Amino acid sequence: MSRPGRDDSPDRLYTLTGGRSRSAPGTPFDLVTLVVAECDPAPGMQSEHAAILRLAERPTAVAEVAAELRLPLTITKILLSDLLAEGRVSARHPRKAVLAGRPDPDILEQVLVGLRNL
Amino acid sequence: MASATSDAPISGVAASDVRTPDARTPDARTPLGATVDNGLKIVVVGGFGVGKTTMIHSVSEIRPLSTEETITRAGETVDDTSAVPDKSDTTVAFDFGRITLSARTVLYLFGAPGQERFWYLWDRLFSGALGAVVLVDTRRIDDSWYAIDRLEHLGTPFIVARNDFGGPAHTAEQVRDALDLAPHIPLVDCDARSRASGKRVLITLVEHLKSLHLSHLARNPYATQGAPLQVSPPVVGPSAVGPSVASPPVQELAQ
Repeated sequence: MSRPGRDDSPDRLYTLTGGRSRSAPGTPFDLVTLVVAECDPAPGMQSEHAAILRLAERPTAVAEVAAELRLPLTITKILLSDLLAEGRVSARHPRKAVLAGRPDPDILEQVLVGLRNL
Repeated sequence: MASATSDAPISGVAASDVRTPDARTPDARTPLGATVDNGLKIVVVGGFGVGKTTMIHSVSEIRPLSTEETITRAGETVDDTSAVPDKSDTTVAFDFGRITLSARTVLYLFGAPGQERFWYLWDRLFSGALGAVVLVDTRRIDDSWYAIDRLEHLGTPFIVARNDFGGPAHTAEQVRDALDLAPHIPLVDCDARSRASGKRVLITLVEHLKSLHLSHLARNPYATQGAPLQVSPPVVGPSAVGPSVASPPVQELAQ
């Protein structure tokens, strides 16, 4: 099976998204939004959708999905938007770590503890 | 599509022992724990060959991955972005790694090229980042100067890490002068190949972020009082710009 690749022609990428060139509004996937599959891949499902569901059996960041599928981020976000709209994945968006230009001190403390334990 | 960066080949990493992409099945990945629900970002900024991917690799729990974003037009907003590239588009590839910090929190480290066109993507990719590490090759300081200028403009807090290439030694003061670095911003030496060194750089950044928070009463985080390493600049005579700049907002408040 040929895999979708970032070296594919724009036409190929266009086909992947059914001709759409942007995500639906209201689905602001961040690079580090964690995607979690809510169902198993089903027969007849678009192969990229099925691949995402297999990847996201455990929480997987949008950037990781794009890297593993070897697709540009924008294309990946469109595919994820489809799955989200169908309820096939859920999204754990990052909590605001920076408010009004200042980082959340509780989050900073968590990060420090985590880094020191490395 | 022309790749705007070539810090790593498009397949991800240059190491000869890398698995081929087709061998990277879900089973071969290191998945996150099921309870992780908050992703954080720290960005490592630096020019080509400065060691961004090396540093990320040294602290990451996964082999660095690579992904890419398309630059369609300068200054374009997020919602106005065409996902389907055309011939005039360029792409920016960037590597990233991952550190699980706790059962609920994961930190992603993104390596970002410092050149000019990359910065159009900053908001789309890295808004909300905790902060940045500017990785400096002292043989090519000008690259870093531009990155520092942009980060200050964006209001993203950062520290500077000087990767040790074994070249002619510059003193910290020389580097600070060359970068026009504010006194309170930490400048640390590092060895990007060393996990302990990379870890120390990240801890220095987060401690710097904490100190910025502690001095949050100051209006401008880049002019904070009490931050570590800060040397209070002497006020030279009545023509110092500080008071004259600060006074208009006070007058507005009083009216």
